[in-house]
Amino acid sequence: MLTLYRSWQRLFRSFWGLPQAGQLQKPNWQRFANPDRFVKLARKLTPWFMVSAIALGLAGIIMGLMIAPPDYQQGDAMRIIYVHVPAAWMSMFVYGVMAVSSAVAFVWKHPLADVAAKASAPIGAVFTALALITGMLWGKPMWGAWWVWDARLTSVLILFFLYLGYIVLWSAIEEPTRAARAARILALVGAINIPIIKFSVDWWNTLHQGATVFRMDGPAMPASMLTPLLIMALSYNLLYAGLLMIRMRAEVAERRLRSIRLGLESPAS
Amino acid sequence: MKLIGERLAALRGERVVFRNVDIEVGSGDLLTLHGPNGSGKTTLLRVLAGLLSIMSGRLSLLDDEAKPVTDEKRDRSLHFISHQDSIRSQLRVAETLQFHAALLGAPKKSVSPALEAWGLEKLAGHSGGLLSAGQRRRLSLARLSLQPRKLWLLDEPMTALDAASRARLTDACSAHLAGGGMIVAATHEAFMGDPKVLQLGTRS
Amino acid sequence: MSTFWALIRRDVTLGMRASGGAALAAAFFALIVVLVPFGLGPDLSVLKTSAPGLFWIAALLSTLLGLERIIQPDTEDGTMDLIRLSPIPLEMTSLAKITAHWLTSGLIITVLAPALAPLLNLATEAIPILALSLLIGTPALSAIGTAAAALGSSVQRGGMILALLALPLNIPFLIFGATAVSRAQAGDDPAQALLLLGAASLITLIVGSFAAAAALRIGDE
Repeated sequence: MLTLYRSWQRLFRSFWGLPQAGQLQKPNWQRFANPDRFVKLARKLTPWFMVSAIALGLAGIIMGLMIAPPDYQQGDAMRIIYVHVPAAWMSMFVYGVMAVSSAVAFVWKHPLADVAAKASAPIGAVFTALALITGMLWGKPMWGAWWVWDARLTSVLILFFLYLGYIVLWSAIEEPTRAARAARILALVGAINIPIIKFSVDWWNTLHQGATVFRMDGPAMPASMLTPLLIMALSYNLLYAGLLMIRMRAEVAERRLRSIRLGLESPAS
Repeated sequence: MKLIGERLAALRGERVVFRNVDIEVGSGDLLTLHGPNGSGKTTLLRVLAGLLSIMSGRLSLLDDEAKPVTDEKRDRSLHFISHQDSIRSQLRVAETLQFHAALLGAPKKSVSPALEAWGLEKLAGHSGGLLSAGQRRRLSLARLSLQPRKLWLLDEPMTALDAASRARLTDACSAHLAGGGMIVAATHEAFMGDPKVLQLGTRS
Repeated sequence: MSTFWALIRRDVTLGMRASGGAALAAAFFALIVVLVPFGLGPDLSVLKTSAPGLFWIAALLSTLLGLERIIQPDTEDGTMDLIRLSPIPLEMTSLAKITAHWLTSGLIITVLAPALAPLLNLATEAIPILALSLLIGTPALSAIGTAAAALGSSVQRGGMILALLALPLNIPFLIFGATAVSRAQAGDDPAQALLLLGAASLITLIVGSFAAAAALRIGDE
């Protein structure tokens, strides 16, 4: 039993190119050969992302608020979807990015992947909060209540708690390398559990026959509404990319500062 | 059996606590680690125990045919007595040692001789919380008597011990060395004449 | 294998004797159930419809209570070093920790719940389902809690953080468990809810053991 387990572990480690137990290993940050290349690229890309995000955002808002027709049932109140729906999409997308980065960090121990996951979390949390707040604003005229336990809104709320837990874990563990390892595991466990959570909430909602949900998906939406929605979604994505570059650069700089202070790296490099 | 480390370097957190440390311990050898606080004595012991990966260098435990042993074999060949004593106030002395015996894979009947060997038999029913510092130390050291193992890694073994217990410890160590065992001990004071000393860095 | 049982025995002993252990979980559970009528009013029909959810919320909160004592004391007093030097794989260690936590929280609550059921006017025919759902679901709560405890083992006094980490993952069990009891009380078939509860519980036990083991390895890289 035990030998089987050990040999499985050995096989696993060799498959992923991980050092065998007892073999030499370098500390993560120093194995991170060249953050310079990434930092340079990020610095160049950031303004492009930000400018196009703002331009597309303005275009999307103008199209959504002025050009697109009002909904035949909800009138102008539904125009909030141009802010709400892309935010809800982003809340899931950013968690997906976090989960993938965490998996990459877990398997290949690449520190940039940890940095990407860490930098993504607050951005994702803000998108999630935006989705929740706009959902509440939308809910008031639609359902007559600020909060309705609709399946989607509930899932987004739970997602918000997952983000919070991830952010808090990072800040609670002082040593960055340790915090990074713990955060990876948490992000992956969250990602494995999201389908279970989502399924349980949907199941619970249909069982209790909650408020009738206005269905966003499906072919029912005319192009005049879909276009501004997709433009907004693109704008949010670019905004995320831009913010991510800024935050990752800041994180790399902070880690480097820390290494210099600890004498692991010389200021000149 | 032989323990060989070449150009070892290790991190504690993000700080390099030592680098370029060479170590060689053979059968019957006692190596004492000296150095100021923070020089990496405990870290080195943890590295030797396999609890901490090394940053660079080469570390191997060789068996009698000079072949490196596997990790599991290494775990079963060593006793690690750290300054953390793993004693809980809710467990009695005998229960604590029984638990430690189970972790070591030592038979249950080894517990009472071990208690006797360290003068703890009268305390067997006491709660761990009632022990004095020296008694706690002896309870940790009693793990050495649960099962014969080749390599002893001792962190500040003399701390808090009275003269009689110190004598008991040095007797146990001499017997262990005479039987071909190996000891690496981190100490601040001279330990059993310091036949071999590794001086770890100065305070930075 | 004997190491596995020794780990469970020792943790259960600690859980029974420590002040924050099994007794506290049981007392906390009973306290919530007793306090509810003061908050909701003594109307028996209101209590009856709320009972399934309330029992499950009480169970969830009581299992959160002992999370700090699962791993953190062991990393602090060096026991985790001895465990890592022992021949038992860390996955089995995690499973032992989960089992011990369950024996000193979930199991006690499962036994206690039927006795407290009349206080909230839970229908008699729903009582076995309440016990069954707790029996199936609470091991998963312990698994999630142990994984959270392992992740936060280097955080001093991290009780609140552990609760925050564990809470969102606990929600499916609250949903499936409470629904099973509600359905039984309403005379509907609770089988589907119980099956979903069992499936989620099984997955979570496996994921939790591996996640906790991975978290315990954090210190040695």
